[in-house]
Amino acid sequence: MSAARNYMRMEFPNLPENVAFARTTVAVFASQLDFTLDELDEIKVATSEAVSNTVIHAYGKDTGQVVLCCQIFPDRLEVEVADEGVGIEDVDKALEPAYTTVPEERMGLGLVFINEYMDILSIHSQPGQGTKVHMVKYVKAPKPDGV
Amino acid sequence: MEIYHQRRGTALLVTMRGELDLLTAPVFRTQVDQELETYERLSNLILDLSKVDFIDSSGLGAILGRYKRIRERGGKLLLVNAQPQVQKILELSGLDKIMPLFPDAERALEHL
Repeated sequence: MSAARNYMRMEFPNLPENVAFARTTVAVFASQLDFTLDELDEIKVATSEAVSNTVIHAYGKDTGQVVLCCQIFPDRLEVEVADEGVGIEDVDKALEPAYTTVPEERMGLGLVFINEYMDILSIHSQPGQGTKVHMVKYVKAPKPDGV
Repeated sequence: MEIYHQRRGTALLVTMRGELDLLTAPVFRTQVDQELETYERLSNLILDLSKVDFIDSSGLGAILGRYKRIRERGGKLLLVNAQPQVQKILELSGLDKIMPLFPDAERALEHL
């Protein structure tokens, strides 16, 4: 198991204004690896969905803290989005396409997009104990000679 | 997110510039709904996505919500000129099956 080559950690309140900030920051950080522009777009979407979920679901109408951690390994990016909110009652159910607990103009596709765009998605959550969404994306592009 | 709209017969043509996400989707929803409420003759909606460089499920949800409103009026929602990353999301969500995509607004208008 290799150690992370680089890492970053940031905390911010679960405000809609911070969703774009989070996804842009992660994409810029991820660009240290040899991801294609399309792959960086996919990382942006996945991060946007994970952070949006903390805004929509984690703390009800209250504001709470989100912790976003990124690690860069030689072959992959790992992103974790954690909150200390209400948690998820049934994680398997939450992963089903079109499942949403907030039907008002929600498509229930956030986790579907993360699953599609990242290589590994794992969710650790219990009711009342918060949620951690862990995502991994491997570098597929060949490295330039000499790197 | 900047949103411009103009009325073309029974169609409301909406051009967006920027990112359509959890923060900006309500702005899009409010502006389009205000136009639809003010002008009852508007039964079709054309969304020009050529300058939308990011969209996620929150943005798609707002578009789907407008689609439902337009369907209630017996009209169509047509999409124009989505960038590749936006088009991929539309395909993943299945929205491309119910909202045809056109290369430009004039061709979308001809389709009504």
